[in-house]
Amino acid sequence: MRYYDDFPVIKNNPDLVYLDSGASSLKLQSVIDKMNEYYTKYGVNVHRGVYQLSYIASDEYEETREVVAKFLNAKTKEIVFTSGATSALNLVARSLSEHINEGDEIITSVLEHHSSVMPYQEICKNKGAKLIYVPLDKKGNLTVENFKKVLTDKTKVVALTLMSNVLGNTTPIKEITKLAHEKNAIVVADGAQAVPHMKIDVKDLDVDYLAFSAHKMLGPTGLGVLYGKYKELNSLNPIEFGGDMNDNVELYDSTFKEAPYKFEAGTPKIAEVIAFKEAIKYLEKQDLNKIYEHDYELTQYAINKLKAIDGVEVYATESSCGIVSFNIKGIHPHDASTIYDEKGIALRAGHHCAQLITKWLGVTGTLRASIYLYNDYSDIDKLIEATVVACEYFKEWII
Amino acid sequence: MSSMNELYRQVIVEHFKNPRNKGLKNTDEYTKLRLKNPSCGDDVTIEVKIKDHHIEEIHHEGTGCSICCSSASVMSEVVKGKDIEEVQEVIEDFYNLIKGEDVTDEERLDEAMAFGGVAQFPARMKCAILAWKALGTILAGKSGEEDV
Ligand SMILES: Cc1ncc(COP(=O)(O)O)c(C=O)c1O
Repeated sequence: MRYYDDFPVIKNNPDLVYLDSGASSLKLQSVIDKMNEYYTKYGVNVHRGVYQLSYIASDEYEETREVVAKFLNAKTKEIVFTSGATSALNLVARSLSEHINEGDEIITSVLEHHSSVMPYQEICKNKGAKLIYVPLDKKGNLTVENFKKVLTDKTKVVALTLMSNVLGNTTPIKEITKLAHEKNAIVVADGAQAVPHMKIDVKDLDVDYLAFSAHKMLGPTGLGVLYGKYKELNSLNPIEFGGDMNDNVELYDSTFKEAPYKFEAGTPKIAEVIAFKEAIKYLEKQDLNKIYEHDYELTQYAINKLKAIDGVEVYATESSCGIVSFNIKGIHPHDASTIYDEKGIALRAGHHCAQLITKWLGVTGTLRASIYLYNDYSDIDKLIEATVVACEYFKEWII
Repeated sequence: MSSMNELYRQVIVEHFKNPRNKGLKNTDEYTKLRLKNPSCGDDVTIEVKIKDHHIEEIHHEGTGCSICCSSASVMSEVVKGKDIEEVQEVIEDFYNLIKGEDVTDEERLDEAMAFGGVAQFPARMKCAILAWKALGTILAGKSGEEDV
């Protein structure tokens, strides 16, 4: 087993078939070791101390910012640490809302995770702005053609996912961003599913903001990243105030630091940030392009095998990578999920915090197998075997 | 598949395929409550007609997994005709059954005893109790719509 030593959960659960990385990936031993190193060797606060240990902690913390920046082809000062993709997406939306007025339009899609669309629902309700959905094509893909149909002079913000967490399909964000910028709209990309699987170059894509979570890419829980193009990022006002983000504090007014620091109020996730660079280093060593190829191949293999089973409905497209959603026709996903659980296969059943797309599919939920670098063909074969058994088991139920 | 069969006992599958007392009357004589579990999509509406401190009629309607739907059907048969206070005891007993704890009166739970296997599947407990919770909420004097 190639990954046996790298992922302690695999080591401790040798029979586990883990197909739920879309919810959270397994964590690297080196990440855990690095967190331990922080807690046991120099576990003090950052940016504040005037003594040796605090310098070490601060350096380790800031080094991760550099590693993340390089990973995305961004500048170091363009990287903000948050508590997750959700808080990163909320941060941008809340900060941008100052610039949204009545009659403005915000474009999003039904592919979004709740965290990428709900913040804009709130803004639209409060400001009298309009939330506009890009229509999907028949397969569930977001196309440039359809984006053109909804882009107008009133478009202020375009908030789209790079990869759906239900269909696994990718968004042609580079072309969309180019068109959006012609209308001076801001593009906020949700990279929570895409960043773990594919090489993302923010300069090349030219998006204004990108959000993702460390725990979906081998890193620690409770940590996310917001990338923001510096000019845009620094023009936003913070939404949280307190220690470390301020410059000069007077009785009735204070000044803030420049980005990214003005967005990191209070003691940050020190151990998590310090350890996160180990995850990125590992992903770079494994090579994101190879990871993409591997994940894409396994995903398409699973899609084809599932489609070949009579009674299985698959919700995926030719661009799906890392995610396969499906149902056994006539059987609620929670009923089906019990069979997988019994066979030691970890997958997810439900709406995956993306009710708009499950509604679009016309289902209450789906089964979802998600795939990452440590999965192999034998995992998929076990998934297929269990699905055949499940179809057989539930056959007599279908009314 | 032993624990699958432990969960999906014949009674449960049978009620799922042929639900009893399904379909709402929606008249003034009934008190109605809709209970949803947004995290999984289970969605049950229960309506009851109470007369002389007894449940004279009870109907259910909704969408969800087999455990949820069949539990509503079984419940409707178990509680129909019973005194309200007794029904409240039966509901308590059913909760205990689902939690894997001792029940005071197995005979009174009747076919609902088939849900005993759910105790081994923590993820499914909410499915099993949704309809019972809706009924309990009605008996506590509420109606309308709620999320669990
Ligand atoms: C596409 C997408 N966006 C955003 C999120 C939110 O991530 P988190 O829960 O880590 O904040 C998720 C996680 O499920 C996701 O899949």
